[in-house]
Amino acid sequence: MIRLILSRIGLGLLTLLAVSVVIFVLTQILPGDVASSVLGQSATPETLAAYRHELGLDRPAVVRYFVWLAGVLHGDFGTALTNGQNIIEVLWPRLRNTLFLAGYAALLALPLAVGFGILSAIREGRLTDRLANIVALLAISMPEFFVGYLLILNLSVNHEWFPSLATVGADTPFGERVWAVTLPAVTLTFLVTAHMLRMTRNSVLSTMSTAYVEMAFLKGLSRARVVTRHALPNAAAPIISVIALNLAYLVVGVVVVENVFTYPGVGQYMIDAVTKRDVPVIEACGIVFAAVFITLNTLADVTAIVLNPRLRHPR
Amino acid sequence: MTLFGHKLPVTALLGLFIIVLNIAVAVAGPYLAPYGETQVVGGGWDPASAATWFGTDQIGRDMFTRLIYGARMTIGIAFVTTILSFAIGISTGLLAAVTGRWVDTLLSRAVDVVLSIPLLIWALMILNVLGQSLFSLVLTIGCLDSTRVFRLARALGIGLVSLDFVEVARMRGEGLGWVMRREILPNAAAPLMSEFGLRFCFNFLFIAALSFLGLGVPLPYADWGGMVKDNVGGISFGLPAALYPAAAIALLTVGINLVVDWFLSIDARPSGAQAEM
Repeated sequence: MIRLILSRIGLGLLTLLAVSVVIFVLTQILPGDVASSVLGQSATPETLAAYRHELGLDRPAVVRYFVWLAGVLHGDFGTALTNGQNIIEVLWPRLRNTLFLAGYAALLALPLAVGFGILSAIREGRLTDRLANIVALLAISMPEFFVGYLLILNLSVNHEWFPSLATVGADTPFGERVWAVTLPAVTLTFLVTAHMLRMTRNSVLSTMSTAYVEMAFLKGLSRARVVTRHALPNAAAPIISVIALNLAYLVVGVVVVENVFTYPGVGQYMIDAVTKRDVPVIEACGIVFAAVFITLNTLADVTAIVLNPRLRHPR
Repeated sequence: MTLFGHKLPVTALLGLFIIVLNIAVAVAGPYLAPYGETQVVGGGWDPASAATWFGTDQIGRDMFTRLIYGARMTIGIAFVTTILSFAIGISTGLLAAVTGRWVDTLLSRAVDVVLSIPLLIWALMILNVLGQSLFSLVLTIGCLDSTRVFRLARALGIGLVSLDFVEVARMRGEGLGWVMRREILPNAAAPLMSEFGLRFCFNFLFIAALSFLGLGVPLPYADWGGMVKDNVGGISFGLPAALYPAAAIALLTVGINLVVDWFLSIDARPSGAQAEM
């Protein structure tokens, strides 16, 4: 089992490495010659060559990639083109903000999704189930900004219950921080809960079509007991990996939500950089998102392996 | 009412109605709109009146007119993108399934890398390189989304490729293109159909989100995501102008999801509920 888990982690690292190569090619090689676009048409070949040498662009791409990668591994993402700030110093507090928002949303979404998912599996086809299904479908269909602005308009503009802008600084006290982040967290919860609810329901229901569940029914057990005692333990592993997958999705869902609430997170930083075409920042945000996403996915696989013995012995 | 020999539930009927309505508006746009696409008819964020049903937008253009023109752009772009995504995804997916060996390995690993991080992050980086235009938007989203279609098409193809009739066609000496088009594709069509609805929804929301972030459909055109972005300033004054295009996006996605949901439930396997009966 240890070997399987280690190989899974190794695969995750390998994927991250491959992603970093693609990101490097996308942002550094494809856009063409930086030197001539910075210096303009009138630059002489000598100044171009000197500028390229200064930026290190005269070295082969492979060498540049490894220099860049070594920097990234040491937490050195370089400086932003637009304002010369050290990227890691800006990025780190923002990453903490993003993870705080995602974690808050997860805390709200998890019990809701798993609870209602199991409930609607118990009452499949009845009113509760259909209601949960319809609400989930509505939630999946709505764009993040619709939910976000609807909440802002009703809860912070028309009734001043919550702040409309989730502006938090490094020294915002915890209570205030939670207060400011509540609306964005609720928006995110609305989105992920629906996915998780449906997947929880479906994985419980798919164990319901197995022979041992039918046997339990034939013994005369009640539906609630069959679901909680017979189906649920076997559906636990898929549910947990669904949860981890959705947490990963949460980290991306923040991009739009952060922009709706002007919350100082990585997503907003990245969008800002794309509008200003600030390549090193885009690169850094891309790598950070990729790392978080791949880590959570790997974690999902590892927990699934730990929880489900059948996955330990692949055919 | 029945469709394809199945009875339509109320929800699916409602979804179908929403879709037909949206398509009709998108097609007949200019004939329905009371004003021109960029015509200024009042002050900024005028409230709704008999002349302007949904009020006006941030610079006094009629919101209703903009919504109608926006339908055309938003739905059209998402549709073209989804077609492109399916064209690429199905052809590469079936190619991987039929040829197997290194072609399959190569394509599958490439798709794994793309899908290992969220498509939105890729889209942001690629759009940064390609710049902002309708063409690069469609190309980027189409290519990124085709990875999901690839996975489905490949899985369906691998299930079919070992069946006898494919074997027969190969022994008969049919070429690769024939086997993909005439033997495998027709048998994979049904699941691909319902996937089309889901992928359209996804692309539609994806493009709306990008437009909302200011990176999607470029400026002179009216599109729903961009209209939300343009009108958000009014929210803090309690003006709902930005919510109308957002609601239009939500409405169409709900409609499609209602139909796809019904479509998927038709051939869903009976679960424990039947065992109980």
